[in-house]
Order: sequence, then structure tokens, then C-alpha cells
Amino acid sequence: MKTDIGTAGPGRQTEPTLDDPILPRMFQVRRIFSETADSFSCELQPSDGEVMHFSPGQFNMLYVFGVGEIPISISGNPDKPKLLVHTIRSVGPASKAIRRLKRGDLIGVRGPYGTGWPVKGAEGNDVVIVAGGIGLAPLRPLIYRVLAEREKYGRVALLVGARTPGDILFQRQLERWRGRLDIDVLVTVDKAPRSWRGNVGVVTSLIPKIRFDPATTTAFVCGPEVMMRFTAMELEVRGVPTSNLHFSLERNMKCGIGLCGHCQLGPYFICKDGPVLGLDKIKKLMALREI
Amino acid sequence: MEPKLVLDRHQFDTFFESLHKHGYEIIGPTLLDGAVVYAPVDSPDELPVGWTDEQQGGVYRLKRRGDQALFGYSAAAHSWKKFLFLPTLKLFEAYRTSGGPEIRHPQPDVRRRAFLGVRACEIASMEIQDRILIHGTFQDTAYVQARNAALIVAVQCLQSGGTCFCRSMNTGPEVTRGYDLLLTEITGPQKHVFIVDVGTDRGAGILEGIALAKADEADLKHAGDLVDEAAAHMGRVLDQNGIKELLYRNYEHPRWEEVAKRCLTCTNCTIVCPTCFCTTIEDVTDLPGGKAERWRRWDSCFTLDHSYLHGGCVRCSGLSRYRQWMTHKLATWIDQFGTSGCVGCGRCITWCPVGIDITEETAAIRSSGDASSSIFGKKGE
Repeated sequence: MKTDIGTAGPGRQTEPTLDDPILPRMFQVRRIFSETADSFSCELQPSDGEVMHFSPGQFNMLYVFGVGEIPISISGNPDKPKLLVHTIRSVGPASKAIRRLKRGDLIGVRGPYGTGWPVKGAEGNDVVIVAGGIGLAPLRPLIYRVLAEREKYGRVALLVGARTPGDILFQRQLERWRGRLDIDVLVTVDKAPRSWRGNVGVVTSLIPKIRFDPATTTAFVCGPEVMMRFTAMELEVRGVPTSNLHFSLERNMKCGIGLCGHCQLGPYFICKDGPVLGLDKIKKLMALREI
Repeated sequence: MEPKLVLDRHQFDTFFESLHKHGYEIIGPTLLDGAVVYAPVDSPDELPVGWTDEQQGGVYRLKRRGDQALFGYSAAAHSWKKFLFLPTLKLFEAYRTSGGPEIRHPQPDVRRRAFLGVRACEIASMEIQDRILIHGTFQDTAYVQARNAALIVAVQCLQSGGTCFCRSMNTGPEVTRGYDLLLTEITGPQKHVFIVDVGTDRGAGILEGIALAKADEADLKHAGDLVDEAAAHMGRVLDQNGIKELLYRNYEHPRWEEVAKRCLTCTNCTIVCPTCFCTTIEDVTDLPGGKAERWRRWDSCFTLDHSYLHGGCVRCSGLSRYRQWMTHKLATWIDQFGTSGCVGCGRCITWCPVGIDITEETAAIRSSGDASSSIFGKKGE
């Protein structure tokens, strides 16, 4: 709905409509379950039955009655949109309030918002997916999509970093994917008990262990900003073109639709120009402090 | 072209009556707490008759004029933003019911308002906010309603203030568009009249029933001269040439540290700015927990909360916050919305408690060359 400004005549007021983008739609909680000690997933279904289609990498604003609203990326399968899945770390009042919801409770949802991972652009290329911590959540829809159309890509590698083995997200799923012969799945942790038989170290230390043709590789990266910076450096040094490196960024967001001004990073609004941005756009900005 | 008309000062009461008759609440300049502010006015007596102002960095003083001009001041303390883009706005109410929370949209405020005394820079600032709040992918519904319901009675700015630089920003002082009616005030010993341009049918409707004379050549020439004079007495200058690239190159210029020593991060500049649009959200619940409300209120990039991200803020130092504000206003805004975010009204300079001057800060960065090239050994600094 667009309204013209400047055409004269009284009574040209627009009536309020329910498609006011600031009003949430109600979804019903189907299931909420722990993923790790401090993170959980929730499966939602629309109360009005209208399925929410989304692109891998997009996010929603989740509203809990009287508590607040937070931007959360969608972590479910884009090809099975009947169930809307979010994976959340309990860090603030709103995320903790979502954790306390029960089956059948209602939650407000606005979205999906933002740019997705440019997965089409990676067709024909080798694909390197690098996740740090909860950063695996916004990458999972991309992984589903790539695996669903596996023949369209060259080599595919998934590198996952976590603080400890207990903090590894989607562990059973990672084990299943690691059993496949058409994807390399490598996991590393910052620190581990003696029972851990895998890698220890930062996620960039996994990059030398995988095979990819840098010139025709597309990388998708999400994690803490410092981890993304070092991953970018490591992949660039190996010859992956800057324009093939994609990151999902995070900033304070109040509206999710480019109106509140909070999520600015230089000229970009993370909510509408991002959250996924190419390194060619953000390289200089990522090198600056407090930007 | 429509013939220009003349509204005599004695007809201003009739003009007010006509606005009221057409259902408009009149918002106009009036004196409050030692400043000209925009507020509801019921009669022309409430206008700042015979007053003007002196504005400099951190300085605002009302002064007497030698005449009885109604619009003889420069930029008022607040802009019209507070009537279009409300400082606080209830987004919705939610009620706890047996079937879960139920969301209700509040009744929209559809009061018709006539904005009396809108300057060229202020029309430009409305157009800038239109780009963001109306012409983007998503609309701010409340803004659209308020904007549509507002009748713009502009006035030619005949006195540029000490902190004005609209001429540099190509937004004034002459009003050329965006009005329903446009007044040019002519005061003299013999007469006190307003040349009236009609911009829209809506504006013409207000004039119906008021016996207006046609403007003669002498009046029109006089009015034109007055506008030119205002343009010639602009208090400040901001060189816009290549400004986006200049600021993009100078994220790490030492001048930011210098200005940060003076900046109190008080948020005054963002509150008086007619284009700043940042908002934050507050959720309110009643004590029994049965009703929740979502409120939107103005926010400022000078607060720590503005960039808060789980565990800390992104822009913690005053330096980074001032840099964000000025770089956004003058540079990144151009990439985001196609125009500068600054109209040159000078309010941020006048109302800064320590008199920080956006034109001076820009000039300082420009004159000292840019940091990034000096890193590579550029000589002659």
C-alpha cells in the first residue's frame, strides 16, 4: 500500500490497515526443546494457517506478550515451511521468556525480513560453510537447501566451531551429515575434556584440512564478529574472491524493517540490506572499531 | 500561473477563522519559555508579534524587532517533526485472553492540522522524512496519516539566523514547492500585508470567502528582494562538494577525538534535528499482567543503548557516537536515501549546550586533508 503525498483534497487520510508492518501475526508453539545448555529451538505454526515462506538467512521479529520483541534468524528447512523453526540462545529477557512458553502458547511473529544467503550465486562452485556457536542456526536453512540440490554444487564443506563439545549445536544432525559421502563436516572446540577425540582450536584452523578450489569457491560465514574477520582473512589469503565471501551480521534492531535506525553499519541497514552482506561491501567497515 | 494575492494583516483573524471552519487545528509559532516554538494557537495574537531571535552556537535569545512582524524570527526551537513523527506513539495494545494474547491497533489520530509558518528548510526536511517513512519498502502508518492530514501554510524566510546554512544544502531560503499556501510577509510603516501563493486546491479552499486583493508589481518585486536578502545573510556555510567521499575516507581522522572532548552526548542535536528518525521501543504492562502496550519513542544515536548488542554496546565512546551521527547525516544518508540528511536549519548548532558546529567540524576535516592519505606519507600537511 503506497499513499501519495502532495495530492490535495480533504478526506485523503488512509484508514489503518491490518497490514501495518509493525503488527505481529500470531503463531502457536508446537514444541520447544533444548539444543545445548543455553540454547533451544522452538517450532511454530501460524494461527491463521498461512504458511510463512522464507529464504535461507532471513530472520523474524519474535514478540512475547508484554516482554519484548527480538530479531531471530530462521533455522528450519526452507523446503518444509509448514513448521517455522527458530534456534535461540537464552541471553536476555525476551529470549528467556520464549524458552518458558509451552505447547499451544501464542507468540507474535513479524517477517521474514532481510536478505538471504545468495545460494543461487554459488551454483557450480565449491561451497565452504563456516559457523561459530549459535551462528550455525542461520546457516542451517542454507545447508538444507544445498544438500537438497546437492548436484548443483562442487565440493561442499561445513566447518563448525563451538566453545566446548557440550556447546555444539545440532549435534545429532551434524553426525548424520558427517556420515554422508558428499559433504565434509569438521568440528572444533575451544576447550575439551579428555573424552573429546576431535579438533581443538579456533574454527579457522579447520580451513587447511578441507579441499576446495579457491577461485571457484563461495563461502558462507556466521559467528562472532572476530571469528568472521579471521575467517575472511584466511579464505582471502587462499584466493577466494572477496565477492564470494558472505557474512551474516548482527546489530541492535527494534523494527526489522529499516525504520528505527538502530542497525546501521556505515551506509547499510543490517535489517534490510543485510543481515547477509558480501565482504566486498563490508571489508573496510569490518576493519574499523566502534563503527 | 495563478495570480498572486494579498492578505492584509487585518484579515489574519478571518484567515484563522477559515482554517477553523475547515476543521483544522492551527499549529503555529508562539512564545514559550523564552523561545519561539510551534504549538497550538487559537488567534493571531498568540503569534510572536514583533519578536525575533539571535542564534549562535549554544546561544538562543529572543529580541524585539522594530516592527510588528508575525514571522520575523528564524528557525523555531523544535521542528514540525514532533507533530508528524510523534515523540511517543502507541503501536498496539495486547490483551491476555483465554485464547492467548489478542492484539488491538490503537485508534489513529486523524485530527486535521494546519501548520502555519513552515520554512523552506522545514519543507525539505519533511520531504526527507517522506523518503524514509513513506517511500521505502515499509511505511510508517502513523506518519502517513499525520502527513496527509497536515495543511502546509509556508512562509518565505526573510531573516536567516546566525546558525542557518540552508543555502549550502540547497533547501532554502526560498520556498518553491511542497505547500498548500505560501505567505510572504511585507511590513512597512504604511502597510503590513502577506503576498499569498496558492499551491493546491486545498489551499485555495481556505481562501474562499476572504476578499483578497491582487498583488501588484511593486509588492511582488519587494517580496522577491526580501527573499534574496535573506539568502545573502546566511550565518554559516557547509561545503557539500564531495562530502560523502570526504567523510568515508575519514572515519579515522583525529578531529573526531577533538570534538569528542567537547561533546556531552546529551542527544539535543538529534532531538531538535528535523530529519533524525531513530526510534526505540518500550513494552509496558499493567500490574495484573492482563494488558500490555507497545510504545515507540524517539531515540538518539548518542545513547549507549542505541547500539546495544547482547553483552555490550558497539559504539561505546563519545567519539564513535558523534562520528556516527555526523557521518550518517552528511554522508551515509546519501547512499541510504539519495539525499543529504541535513537541511541546514542550524538547530543542532544553536541547541548544542557546548556549541559544537557541524559546519565547523566538516570544514576542519576538509581543511586538514584526510587521514587515510596522510598515513601513506602525503606531504604538506
